[in-house]
Amino acid sequence: MRVGVITFPGTLDDVDAERAVRYAGGEAVKLWHADHDLKDVDAVIVPGGFSYGDYLRCGAIARFAPVMQEVVDAAKKGMPVLGICNGFQILCEAHLLPGALIRNHKLHFVCRDQWLKVENNATAWTTRYDQGAEILVPLKSGEGGYQADQSTLDELEGEGRVVFRYVGENPNGSRNNIAGITSANGRVVGLMPHPEHAIDALTGPTDDGLGMFLSLVDSVVKA
Amino acid sequence: MARVVVDVMPKPEILDPQGQAVANALPRLGFDGITSVRQGKHFELEVADDVDDATLAKIAETFLANPVIEDWVVRRVEA
Repeated sequence: MRVGVITFPGTLDDVDAERAVRYAGGEAVKLWHADHDLKDVDAVIVPGGFSYGDYLRCGAIARFAPVMQEVVDAAKKGMPVLGICNGFQILCEAHLLPGALIRNHKLHFVCRDQWLKVENNATAWTTRYDQGAEILVPLKSGEGGYQADQSTLDELEGEGRVVFRYVGENPNGSRNNIAGITSANGRVVGLMPHPEHAIDALTGPTDDGLGMFLSLVDSVVKA
Repeated sequence: MARVVVDVMPKPEILDPQGQAVANALPRLGFDGITSVRQGKHFELEVADDVDDATLAKIAETFLANPVIEDWVVRRVEA
């Protein structure tokens, strides 16, 4: 199975995302921001970093990149898409996911290993986890506060579309302690923490993040 | 050519940590009586005469502001 990983100018975590795909048994395919080409991939990861310098707003410019137009079209046809950190911000700006991410409530850049609770193990990216499982992965972001209006929050909660929630103290002021959400069809997932940095205990706090990439490989094999 | 100003502000119900930080700093600097600060963005665009209001609104709504968290106002001003 082929998993595309997008590189924008300013992307930082594409190499780790590609490594995570390979660890899970998939083939990582590099996608370039300026190309109108998804290279026949089965899924796409939008990785972390500071796309185009994140001027204006995080993800606001990346949303209009040629490759993102292709991602939006493919996602609407059901292709699994994962947005991590800046990738989550880009998916929100592109309206593939509702809401927006704003400056952390205490204004500090937060960089730490963060416990998350798995609230939805039925998405394309989370079937390897037990419902309610707690996982430890790095969180490193300055604008990770999830915001949405009350009706959107009610809809997300009512439909079980909160995928990950922060455990313990809220690190960034996200409403309802939301760390990650999914689209109505469970194929598009975005989260601020970094599962791709936690796939091997040698190089990360745990290997808890690997389950997201294994889940994807499972879902495409089954389909 | 005309000058167009676009002001973008966080919506009233959205937390504005930057504005709060400025508000909290003012009493420490000896400025009393400021009860609230909201921080936004101010854009000045030099615009050709044939760019219509609908186009300017589209620029503001789809790019300069994120309507999920921000309100925007477009004004034509004397250059």
